[in-house]
Amino acid sequence: MTAVRDAPAPRTRRRPGRRVPVALLVPAALGLLFLVLPLAGLLARTPWATLPQRLTAPGLLTALWLSVQCATLATLLCLACGVPLAWLLARVEFPGRRVVRALVTVPLVLPPVVGGVALLLVFGRNGLLGQWLDSTVGLTLPFTTTGVVLAEAFVAMPFLVIAVEGALRGADSRYEEAAATLGAGRWTTFTHVTLPLIAPGVAAGAVLCWARALGEFGATITFAGNYPGRTQTMPLAVYLALETDLDTAIVLSLILLTVSVAILAGLRDRWIGSP
Amino acid sequence: MTRIRAALTVLPMVAALGLAGCGSSTDDGGKGETGGITGTVTVFAAASLTESFTTLGRQFEAAHPGVRVTFNFAGSSALATQITQGAPADVFASAAPKNMATVTDAGAADGSPTVFARNQLVIAVPKGNPGRITGLTDLTRPGAKVALCAEQVPCGAAATKALDAAGVKLTPVTLEQDVKGALSKVTLGEVDAALVYRTDVRSAAAQVDGVEFPESAGAINDYPVVVLKDAPNPTAARAFVEHVRSDQGRAVLTGAGFQPPTGS
Repeated sequence: MTAVRDAPAPRTRRRPGRRVPVALLVPAALGLLFLVLPLAGLLARTPWATLPQRLTAPGLLTALWLSVQCATLATLLCLACGVPLAWLLARVEFPGRRVVRALVTVPLVLPPVVGGVALLLVFGRNGLLGQWLDSTVGLTLPFTTTGVVLAEAFVAMPFLVIAVEGALRGADSRYEEAAATLGAGRWTTFTHVTLPLIAPGVAAGAVLCWARALGEFGATITFAGNYPGRTQTMPLAVYLALETDLDTAIVLSLILLTVSVAILAGLRDRWIGSP
Repeated sequence: MTRIRAALTVLPMVAALGLAGCGSSTDDGGKGETGGITGTVTVFAAASLTESFTTLGRQFEAAHPGVRVTFNFAGSSALATQITQGAPADVFASAAPKNMATVTDAGAADGSPTVFARNQLVIAVPKGNPGRITGLTDLTRPGAKVALCAEQVPCGAAATKALDAAGVKLTPVTLEQDVKGALSKVTLGEVDAALVYRTDVRSAAAQVDGVEFPESAGAINDYPVVVLKDAPNPTAARAFVEHVRSDQGRAVLTGAGFQPPTGS
């Protein structure tokens, strides 16, 4: 009896490595194709002959550099506020936690343009907070690079919070309990035990967050406007190029894609380790 | 069991409703046939035509029962790109000849476009004109925040032309992707002024005032319209263009703030 019961176990354990079920392979291949084909479309339409002169077009590097800077600053802002927020949601019982969790995901379902209008209604010159900021500190956020960072952070933060909260829920809380029994306070436990434990999750969340911020369009153009060198990021430049010249728009999109894929691939290897 | 039985009794009712729906639509088709026009007309029109063309579409549907007019309103250049990439449209109405040329150059138009209206720039300011702006030079005042359209879209090209004609150099805070974007920055109170079309100011008359300036006369936009070569419904498309150019159509357009084309 025992021999019969033991025998199938190794076989089932080895099976996934040997043969991939068609029922999984076909939809997976279709999914991959669906994601990659539009990229192939971009590549097929790329005007390779005029590529060098388009690459040196004025304003291109400015927009690219501004995009990378703003996305990075937005990610730092999201890390500073998003990780503690995720910790609060995962580790602290408080009334209305479900509601707070739902509120955190609001920017995900909100059309980004609406997000931009909402930001204007709060941080704009006549906004709830903006009015006060303008009259006391003389600070106005719309149409500034800070505005771009804020718009991107608003749209991208949920990606970070959800990823980090998931990591926290998956992490073994016994290490934290052990630290607590050894006399560590909640802050020490957080910095010395929890954070190192969920570092891969935080890194993955930050990468998602950065990628979303880099591609942000709707909230940015609505809240921060479009001005070269100040608020015109690559997605805005792509959209405006599309107004006149499809080829330039394709080249700009390819550059944005290349840079983001290169950075993401580089970070993945360093932080998360490729599987 | 009872649930299944209930579902079975509902089923024939749904089917009957469906058949009734089919019946009424064929009736409409029959009525439309007497006028020679049936089906749906798909009109791609510049964002600045939103209000006037919606009215024109309703009039057209009333005059030709059984015909439906559907609109795609967007920036003229975006529409031109969509059309040259094969979007199934019947009619294209552009806010500038340049974007129309994109379509005609690509061989996507049936015949040559005709100008049906003209539009002029004005300075849109918040209601009551708190900044007391009277002309283009007031826009260069230190601290004045101005929204313009990006030069790639017709309203931006016209703004550049008008500013050049006036010899006014100004640094806007934003270059919007279409005229409605520039207008919304004024209605939200984020800028002190924006250069938009007279028709846009009229459509948002509750929130903004328009300040006319003489230099806009040198930067008037012609609005051309054309039936497209691959139009799924060319007969209805031609009839719609005729309606736009009719006296009734012109009355709607001038009511919205457009000017009639030159030489008419």
